[in-house]
Amino acid sequence: MSDLRALYQEVILDHNKHPRNFRAVDPHSHGADGHNPLCGDSLRLELRVDDNGMIQDIGFQGTGCAISMASASILTECLRGKTVEEARTLFDQFHRLVTEEATDSDPDLGKLAVLAGVRDYPMRVKCATLPWHTLQAALQNQPEVSTE
Amino acid sequence: MRVSVEPDPVNAEPLDVQQLRGDFPVLQQPMNGHRLAFLDSAASAQKPQAVIDAERGCYERYYANIHRGVYQLSQQSTQAYEGVREIVRQFLNADSEREVVFVRGATEAINLVAQSFVRPMLGPGDEVLITGMEHHANIVPWQMITEVTGARLVVAPVLDDGQLDMDALRERISDRTRFISVVHVSNTLGTINPVEAITALARERGIPVLVDGAQSAPHMTVDMQALGADFYCFSAHKTYGPSGAGVLWGRLEHLEAMPPYQGGGDMIRTVTFEKTEYAEPPQRFEAGTPNIAGVIALGAGLEYMMGIGRNRILDHEVGLLEYANEAIKEINGLRVIGTAPDKAGVISFVMDHAHPHDIGTILDMEGVAVRAGHHCTQPLMQRFGVPATVRASFGLYNDRADVDQLVAGLRKVNELFG
Repeated sequence: MSDLRALYQEVILDHNKHPRNFRAVDPHSHGADGHNPLCGDSLRLELRVDDNGMIQDIGFQGTGCAISMASASILTECLRGKTVEEARTLFDQFHRLVTEEATDSDPDLGKLAVLAGVRDYPMRVKCATLPWHTLQAALQNQPEVSTE
Repeated sequence: MRVSVEPDPVNAEPLDVQQLRGDFPVLQQPMNGHRLAFLDSAASAQKPQAVIDAERGCYERYYANIHRGVYQLSQQSTQAYEGVREIVRQFLNADSEREVVFVRGATEAINLVAQSFVRPMLGPGDEVLITGMEHHANIVPWQMITEVTGARLVVAPVLDDGQLDMDALRERISDRTRFISVVHVSNTLGTINPVEAITALARERGIPVLVDGAQSAPHMTVDMQALGADFYCFSAHKTYGPSGAGVLWGRLEHLEAMPPYQGGGDMIRTVTFEKTEYAEPPQRFEAGTPNIAGVIALGAGLEYMMGIGRNRILDHEVGLLEYANEAIKEINGLRVIGTAPDKAGVISFVMDHAHPHDIGTILDMEGVAVRAGHHCTQPLMQRFGVPATVRASFGLYNDRADVDQLVAGLRKVNELFG
């Protein structure tokens, strides 16, 4: 069970069962749909960004595995109140966290660090990064993104 | 279905699975600290030593390009490659080895028939009929040709238990139906379709039929005399052979009338810059140097299956399916997708609290290899309102210990997610 618990930490299981900010954002300034055609994961992410580039509100809806649902839920928690610039920096840090050899996670990542376990499961990295790629698409005003 | 015991041995003894497992080197390794329970043969079967030896033996002892070589190695290679047609003929109980075309796999076989046989006969308003449980390989090739000809793709629906809706299929055969292509055994649901009833219906109306045998050839005796189809195809990698090789069987009268699928070497009689005369089937459809060693190993896989006896393989796998159906009843929140009365050794399921990919990962940690996803049947997933399923599928080497390991893994899933 130890390997299992390293991947499926309590925080992940909790966010999967009770996803935060699981709703539409109305009105929103940015939104995108993310799909992983390989596994059928599909989510919609919406944000309201103010004139100063601050993320005022963010929410998501969709279906997917525990890893992608928890990743999306934690993403929305972490990004509310951050600037778009800060979000982009977090994207890079998060991407390194889940793809690179075990290194100490960036302290800025906070709760996102619970997803570090996926780097041992190459087939599941895309699950964790789907919400982030969807975020990037939304910020770049692309309506859709697909990861495979 | 009617079964012909020739050339399989007449032997009703149950399989000695422990002995057979010994034929498969890959099954001997531990997986994540557990015994390996390989339950993904519907995606691709593992290879017995006889198949590995056949491919290796070709390269080590007598490999050369086939046809026209006047030296001994080429003659040996040619004989071994061409000899597989007779093995396939026996395996399918076909009339002639000239009806056996070697292809890369079932996907290429369907594309070949779509492009060379069906496309030239389609016009605007014509129809190609398939079913709602087709693999993408038996959907997309028909979309490609109906789109360019103005024809229509018509789909016979699937009932809630995963059976084909035969009444609806009957209704959907119209005077514009030019071709029917139907899966013999569903890779996702395990449903064994009544293909002989479908070919009988089609024959009354003079409509040719392709039966996609990718999931039937590995599990049961298939008899071209009884099937009543015009084309049948399968992939070697599912019949315990190598990937990249497969068979298209077609009635000789059709193959003789069909234009080539690809042009190149080995498929011609004479070439001038003005005109090329094509070779007779099956060479007409085998342009270029084929997968020589792969076809030879394909033959070894079929001989391995026939040596065991396909009736025994089917009995064993269906017995295991019944055992598994009972065993998974204890797992709370598990729902099986596809409960047709006539089923091959495939169990697709979803669970209330866990997504198929999480289940797949957890089972992997327990040494159990299953597939999680849409199984290349997205329309079928939509039909059942699920994004994905977990699929456990059986081959001749699976035993009750594999099923028990699966059930133990599913208990872990519920501990974590329940």
